[in-house]
Amino acid sequence: MSMPYYVAPEQVMKDRAEYAQKGIARGRSLVASLYTDGVLLVAENPSKTLHKISEIYDRIAFAGVGKYNEYDQLRVAGIRHADTKGFAYSREDVDARSLANLYAQYLGSVFTHEMKPLEVEILVAELGQGQRPTQLFHVAYEGTITDEDRFAVLGGDAEPIRTSFAERYEAGWDLSAALQAAMGALAGPERTLAPSDLEVAILADADERRAFRRLDDDALAALL
Amino acid sequence: MALPLFDVMHDPGPDFTALLEREGLLPALGASDHGITQAHGTTVLALRFSDGVVMAGDRRATEGHAIAHRAMEKVFPADEFSAVAIAGSAGMAIEMVKLFQVQLEHYEKVEGVTLSLQGKANQLAQMVRSHLPLAMQGFVVVPLFCGFDLTRETGRIFTYDAAGGHYEEADFQATGSGGRDARTTIKLGYRDDLNRDEAIELAVLALYEAADADSATGGPDVVRGIFPIVATVTAEGYQRIDDDVIAERFEAAMERRRALHGNAGGTLR
Repeated sequence: MSMPYYVAPEQVMKDRAEYAQKGIARGRSLVASLYTDGVLLVAENPSKTLHKISEIYDRIAFAGVGKYNEYDQLRVAGIRHADTKGFAYSREDVDARSLANLYAQYLGSVFTHEMKPLEVEILVAELGQGQRPTQLFHVAYEGTITDEDRFAVLGGDAEPIRTSFAERYEAGWDLSAALQAAMGALAGPERTLAPSDLEVAILADADERRAFRRLDDDALAALL
Repeated sequence: MALPLFDVMHDPGPDFTALLEREGLLPALGASDHGITQAHGTTVLALRFSDGVVMAGDRRATEGHAIAHRAMEKVFPADEFSAVAIAGSAGMAIEMVKLFQVQLEHYEKVEGVTLSLQGKANQLAQMVRSHLPLAMQGFVVVPLFCGFDLTRETGRIFTYDAAGGHYEEADFQATGSGGRDARTTIKLGYRDDLNRDEAIELAVLALYEAADADSATGGPDVVRGIFPIVATVTAEGYQRIDDDVIAERFEAAMERRRALHGNAGGTLR
């Protein structure tokens, strides 16, 4: 009779975490930062159609890094959750915190119970209004959720980018300054990035109900 | 609420109505109008002009012979480049518009592109058709849909019947209890090359005539300052015309009619 293998739970978790981290590290990173009028999201993404940053609801944006099919599935689930909630209750009842919690629970449960953890890190950003502050919720592959009120960096290479971005960060800066800092931090010391290497979007108040807007290459060139 | 995730074989895709069905949030069918009063919306119209399309609707809702609401809105933006107006069972109609609006935005967010104007019109037809069991029981909803077609660069108008049939109109259409009077008025004043101002003026006169002849259609309510809603959809998107502008138009039309004992006097004005 063959003996079943025993693997210590610590080892299982360590292996899964390593696996997820490796998967995430294969993709490029992403920076989100508050600025005077709202939230700026900048991802290094040469594709113009396979988005890392998307609109979830009137004042909520989603960003994901890692494995595209996995974070895209989460993005669609987020839109479904928000639209259903807004339809059943009211548009103002849709908030980023509850959505981020759902993501955290799902990622946590997949990490613990499934064979393969999700190789993603996601961000839910909400543009504040009235009593609700502007917030960034960062959810890691194992379900750890953190809320940031200044900026967030996602991706495999996050640590040096975070350090470099923190040095440049200034509270209350404008869109152009925030964008330049994000580009500089994403590029690192040895590279430079052009607008065509980036996917950029903002959450900012305009005349419309929907606050999410993508910035195309021309808009970026004008800001730089 | 849990995170709405589906396996690949049972994924509702960008269809919001299918999603609601799966979540058990669609209202159950099988009602009957016996013994309940329901509000009815009345005259709505749409007409094409050189840069797009004008849509307008009165503000009255009736329950039998009584006025149920004086400031009801029947013209709504469906999305950035289209508008929908409703006549018929008010509660059901507004619910349908709300679902239609979310459906269009849901599709746009999930797919990353907007539906074509024809796609939106077909989508609305499916909603009207799925409403048929309720229409059979007296809750008839007849929407009017229009928008600016960004590929053809022109305004387009679609009408519906209770069975979900939809038809594209060449130039204009009006539905509801005062629709016939509105239609005749537009027909008399219509030209292919109407500009925006002239089209708004024609919509105002058509609603004036409808209210003049149909008791269920509300005219300008000068006492309360409630005026019909008029909106345009052009390459610049949906734009509701300011109440002040519409009020001025109605005041001017009423002034002209006053001088002629209520008649137009030989020409549409």
